[in-house]
Amino acid sequence: MCGIAGLFLKNESLEPELGGLLAGMLGTLCDRGPDSAGFAVYGATQKGRVKLTLRVPADADVAAVEQALSDATGGKASVTVRNSHLLVALPEDSEQAVRKLLASRFPEVDVVSFGRRIEMYKDMGRPDRVAERFGLASMSGSHAIGHTRMATESAVTTSGAHPFTTGPDQCLVHNGSLSNHNLMRRRLIREGIRFETENDTEVAAGYLAWRMQSGDSLGEALEGALSDIDGFYTFVVGTEHGFGVLRDPIACKPAVMAETDDYVAFGSEFRALADLPGIEKARVWEPEPAKVYFWERPHDGR
Amino acid sequence: MTVVDLSSTSVRELNQALHDLDPQTGEKRWRVLNPRGLHAIAVGLNVPIEIEIDGHVGYYCAGMNKLATVRINGNAATGVGENMMSGEIRVAGDASQCAGATGRGGLLVIDGNASARCGISMKGIDIVVKGSVGHMSAFMGQAGTLVVLGDAGEGFGDSLFEARLYVRGTVHGLGADCIEKPMKDEHKAELRAKLDAAGIGGEVDVSEFRRYGSARQLYHFNVDNVY
Repeated sequence: MCGIAGLFLKNESLEPELGGLLAGMLGTLCDRGPDSAGFAVYGATQKGRVKLTLRVPADADVAAVEQALSDATGGKASVTVRNSHLLVALPEDSEQAVRKLLASRFPEVDVVSFGRRIEMYKDMGRPDRVAERFGLASMSGSHAIGHTRMATESAVTTSGAHPFTTGPDQCLVHNGSLSNHNLMRRRLIREGIRFETENDTEVAAGYLAWRMQSGDSLGEALEGALSDIDGFYTFVVGTEHGFGVLRDPIACKPAVMAETDDYVAFGSEFRALADLPGIEKARVWEPEPAKVYFWERPHDGR
Repeated sequence: MTVVDLSSTSVRELNQALHDLDPQTGEKRWRVLNPRGLHAIAVGLNVPIEIEIDGHVGYYCAGMNKLATVRINGNAATGVGENMMSGEIRVAGDASQCAGATGRGGLLVIDGNASARCGISMKGIDIVVKGSVGHMSAFMGQAGTLVVLGDAGEGFGDSLFEARLYVRGTVHGLGADCIEKPMKDEHKAELRAKLDAAGIGGEVDVSEFRRYGSARQLYHFNVDNVY
């Protein structure tokens, strides 16, 4: 089954409420996906700095990781601990050094997301409790995507929880099941894309990442997915400036959208949207099958 | 009028109250507030009452309906009026997939669009959609009528039995064994009756519609197909 919630704010004054609104949406979708959850929040940028979200196993030495990050950046890394995840902001030019350091000294630490704005958190358990654990309700930003998982294609693990990263400031969540993911995974591995799980959605994320690395825009990559990825899916993708929606041509998996002057919202069901401000006056519609939808804020072209 | 607010009453309590009604009940008019996309609102009714739901409803609203008239002042999610037997359901907004699925009788009117698989496996229901319907609508439809004032998506009427389909706009592709058929006077009369029942007979010209039905090649046993 699975549930998806997405919220893209057009009105900047709502930004402090973003996390609270998404937490409410995810809470409603608990019954569509009770085994694990995750979310990506696009928060404020810091000039010249990038953000990494790291997932640290329970038995890891967080203090040692923090110290190593500080050493590698000349004391310029800032670390926020959120439950099992660390949000690290560091100077752009130190990202590669930090990644090398993590890979060599702390291979048990996963880089969950990276980019100028994205932060991503995921864990097993009921989605409302996962959101609470990471303090989602207090997070602010311009847009956010969340997922509640009912596992079908692979095991219930934190790595199998959505979203999946597809590149800098990019993420993907998925409701459905893909049927050609093993074949596609083998092809993408030959193209140099790395995978960490047996999960089908990770393959879709890897596919989009590969297409975009090869020069496609997100829209072109999603169009490509329509012919190359087989199975049932409703995808919601996040980028630095906005979010997109794609349903497979058969469109078995549900999707509802709502738009007001203040926001564009996505929910697997209208129930997830029912508490949004001004929803009674929103335009509510079902996105069409096999059609790429995309919203983004005006930006400087980066 | 009996008013039920679903922000303070559960769907189960509402449905139980409706199921407990005596067929001769004097409580003929009901109003449901704050449906908020909840599932299975007003399913399994079996009494001649009128019920109005103020807002968007979730899955299977008014499913299995008998006798009742249900008006939804909003959008309906998957399977509105599925397997309805009689009575009437009106959706003021759009309907999601599988509207009127397997319906055996009664009238389902959708003021907006219906998405995929509208009237799938219909068995006698009359469906009138004032907007367009999505792909695979009337799939394996056995009896009843589907009237579409807008367009129909791909695979229209796939594997059709004897349901009758009328479309005013463009059909974006017929499914297997579905063909266009001549629009004779009897069909115009049937279409007019359905439009009248939906309350739009005066506004719509039946001569603008095309009729589609089964070529009857697929569902007859053909010894040449044995293998």
